[in-house]
Amino acid sequence: MELIDQHTKKIMEGCKERARDAGLRFENETLEYIVTNRDLLELSPKLMIPTLYDYWVHDVEVIKEKRRYELYPSNPYETVINTRPVISFYNDNNPDWLNVMIFYHVIGHIDFFQNNLYFRHTWDFDFTGQALSDKRLIARLRSEKGRWVDYLIEFARGIDNIVGYHQELSRLDRPAPTEASRRLDYYFDVFLQTEKKAKVHEYIKEIERYNEFMRTLGALGAKAFFAAVIAKYPEFEALYEKSQEKKPPKPFDLLQFFMDHSPLLNKDENLWMKSILQVVRKTSLFFQPQIRTKIMNEGWASYWHEKLFLQDDRIKGHEVDFARVNAGVTAMPRVGLNPYALGMRLFYFLEEIGDKGKYDPAFRRLSNIKEREDFDHKTGKGQDFIFNIRKTLCDYLFINNFIDQDFVTRNKLFVAGRRLNQSRGVIEYFVKSRKAEDYRAMLNAALYHPPHITIDAEKSGNGSLYLVHRFEGKGLVKDYIANTMLGIEYLWGAPVHLETSDLGEAPSAGDQPIYPFGPPVTQGGEKQKIKRWQRTLYTMEKRKLTKKVISYHSA
Amino acid sequence: MKLEDYYHEIKARGLSAERDKMMREEILSAGTRETELPQLASRPGPGKGAASGPSGLYDLNDQMILQGQAPPLATYTVGLKSIDELLSRDKQREADGFPRKIRVGRLLKPGKGKQGNVVVVPTTVEEKFIHDPNATEDQEDSVGGSGAGEEGEVIGEQPIHGPDMPGTEGPGEGEGAAHELESSAYDLGKILTEKFELPNLKDKGTKRSVVRYTYDMTDKNRGFGQILDKKATLRKILETNMTLGNVPDVGNIDPTRFLISPHDKIYRILSREKDYESQAVVFFLRDYSGSMAGKPTTLVVSQHILIYSWLLFQYAMRVESRFILHDTEAKEVPDFYTYYNSKVAGGTKVASAFHLVNAIVEKENLAKDYNIYIFHGTDGDDWDTDGKETVPEIKKAITYANRIGISIARHAYGAKSDSEVEKYLKRSGLLSEKPKLIRMDAIPEDADEPRLIDGIKHLISE
Repeated sequence: MELIDQHTKKIMEGCKERARDAGLRFENETLEYIVTNRDLLELSPKLMIPTLYDYWVHDVEVIKEKRRYELYPSNPYETVINTRPVISFYNDNNPDWLNVMIFYHVIGHIDFFQNNLYFRHTWDFDFTGQALSDKRLIARLRSEKGRWVDYLIEFARGIDNIVGYHQELSRLDRPAPTEASRRLDYYFDVFLQTEKKAKVHEYIKEIERYNEFMRTLGALGAKAFFAAVIAKYPEFEALYEKSQEKKPPKPFDLLQFFMDHSPLLNKDENLWMKSILQVVRKTSLFFQPQIRTKIMNEGWASYWHEKLFLQDDRIKGHEVDFARVNAGVTAMPRVGLNPYALGMRLFYFLEEIGDKGKYDPAFRRLSNIKEREDFDHKTGKGQDFIFNIRKTLCDYLFINNFIDQDFVTRNKLFVAGRRLNQSRGVIEYFVKSRKAEDYRAMLNAALYHPPHITIDAEKSGNGSLYLVHRFEGKGLVKDYIANTMLGIEYLWGAPVHLETSDLGEAPSAGDQPIYPFGPPVTQGGEKQKIKRWQRTLYTMEKRKLTKKVISYHSA
Repeated sequence: MKLEDYYHEIKARGLSAERDKMMREEILSAGTRETELPQLASRPGPGKGAASGPSGLYDLNDQMILQGQAPPLATYTVGLKSIDELLSRDKQREADGFPRKIRVGRLLKPGKGKQGNVVVVPTTVEEKFIHDPNATEDQEDSVGGSGAGEEGEVIGEQPIHGPDMPGTEGPGEGEGAAHELESSAYDLGKILTEKFELPNLKDKGTKRSVVRYTYDMTDKNRGFGQILDKKATLRKILETNMTLGNVPDVGNIDPTRFLISPHDKIYRILSREKDYESQAVVFFLRDYSGSMAGKPTTLVVSQHILIYSWLLFQYAMRVESRFILHDTEAKEVPDFYTYYNSKVAGGTKVASAFHLVNAIVEKENLAKDYNIYIFHGTDGDDWDTDGKETVPEIKKAITYANRIGISIARHAYGAKSDSEVEKYLKRSGLLSEKPKLIRMDAIPEDADEPRLIDGIKHLISE
């Protein structure tokens, strides 16, 4: 791994200058390395972080199941990594013009990493430096504790997708406290709505009344208002006091929970284990945002590499080369999803919306297609609009807020269905729907989404731990449950329960029917089974897994 | 049609309603179902990704799409170096009370001809709680698309049995980009023997035969040859000179006064040596009847490739393998590829396969010169319900075979009770009388590869 030469570095610096003029904002220092196949071989299992801790699984071919990204929600093989300074990796034989295009793309990513709020928790430190000290820590522990370090890493990694990423973000990026009093917030936001179930007109009348008090009495208004409230609702004060008592949030971050509460990990001789959990947790948190912003991040980078390179004089003589490479990156596939293409189109679309002032209730009220098309308030706010979006949203919000019918229709998008054609022995792809809501639903189903698993303190008795998986229409991968729970039992030091849902066979409804003229030939020869969801309790005790059905979901 | 004649013949002997139903189903399905076993997925790369089905949201990355750099490929040697370490670590895991984690993945890469490649990759999985995309009620599968087309219009198709179809992986295979390590079946056999502790074969003293000649510089010749044997030549010269009286004092020899005759020069010349070594012939028998479609076939074939590899190592490559497929009739096929990929046909008659083996052994007089192994894979279904025809054929085979191993891939729906083959084998008493010669292993349909290896241990252990 060596740095790019001075000539190429100069190209990069030229790109940075132009990108800054266009409004992108990023730190000045970057490191660009040339990587060979051999380097990549070492880097890709470590998620391109050269200093990541060593772990034997990195040396093994890991079976890549479908939706492997659910297991490894980080890009294993990426060009830019979000470190300080940002590091990026290059082929050594890229021609200069291609490097210009790639550099613009890379700068798009850097701008995204350093401005999108979902990366907020990565802004204040350099992950490679952090990883290096973690790597040394783990190496030192390994020399003291031997293979047990690797077991700990394994068990901790088994639950590293259940970390409190959003809690971490909200801790860092709290909105400024509001001026209004808590009592007032409670009265209008909770008491009237939840406790009293006030009707809308009553609610509005209350607001009017409050405003009236404030108008006539000024500074004393609030006090007088609440005196009146208490006269009307004597219980208000008590309820308010109660609401202010802090309720501990349901623990969601399993790794943090174990570090804080596991009796086993908190024994003096086991304290070293906590530092391993800490390393795994921090590493996981660092990688969380990438996958949640894949469409936006790639879309943003593609938008800028196209826009900036087309304005760049260094494209001269390579217009056709660029067109070809760029089409390979940003063409919409006939069937399939391409985050580069989708994200880029959505940013262009949103820029236009901003420019024409379409992000406005006046536009939304229009239903006439012609009027919608001609709508143009010439506000010219397109750039502001997309810069704001790149700062504040993640893929989920990006898709669900902005993929509307106009976008779907303009880009000729559709949901493609897949079905088996038995007689011809082929899988057919067909246009299933051109509705925006279906397209959004399809995208939502494809987005990364780890299971939501919390700890139920009430059901965790006798030192055991009771985990609850909230059912969201999908079960867990059954094959993985045993080993994951084995690890959790080890970390907790006592039996562990997991309540989840799986598809089971419905209790049989009598024997098979009798066919007097021979059985019908079922397709594929499989017996038709009726399946339904059942709530299941897995228990891991002394490294033995047992399972029982506790209830059935209502059909 | 022979199949139906046979069916009526059995029916005349009397059949339970359930058996009758199953048989009729199998006849109906004859020739209609096509179950071609999967081949290894080729590596998707930039530009050819289209062949492997639609790409998902997270399948693309900058390194690939912008810089055209395919995922790095590990070399064979790198993989083998680490496998030793990995497996010893895995053994330690077991000692520490945790389940093993290393698997041998991606086993088979059949090629035409006898030289099928075996691909060995140590694989593992990091288990986590993740959503199972298959465990949903909504079975319909949808992806994104763009371009022209009315709703409902079919815009493209993909063959089911194409090499790149997701969801059709063989044992231990995953979808997607692969760092495959190509190895020979011999290497796999070595790994199986040494690391998975499959037993070594004892040398069968009685079954030795002339298999080859080696050439060595062992013969001596006077006057000419390839290499001068200096010591022998000197001795000869001394002898001649003593006879001539040219050596007056034996205690003080002066070699400069020697007379040297060309005839005294002793040379070594190349000679042909007979080499005695054990060798083996393995018969792989497989039921390819209608009921075998899908998982049973995959299981049986995966187990057979492992056994084949193990024998190849044990006999230092001197293994001849023969492949036999049967439904109600047996036929020999030329290579593993055909054996692996042959389409499913009609009914089931296990006896036919053993009959063919017996005939081949007799005709080619194999029993004299070879260690003979017979491995049979079936789902346990046999129209010859009580083994009236099969058991005698097996008994005949036992007389010459070193080992007969029968693998039964049980169907999920019949897993609780014994299948026909199991029943009549148990009833025949062969399994308990001659445990050194015949073994049976019933594999559940959801068996994974460690289970298969355990099964092999049972089938071939002493």
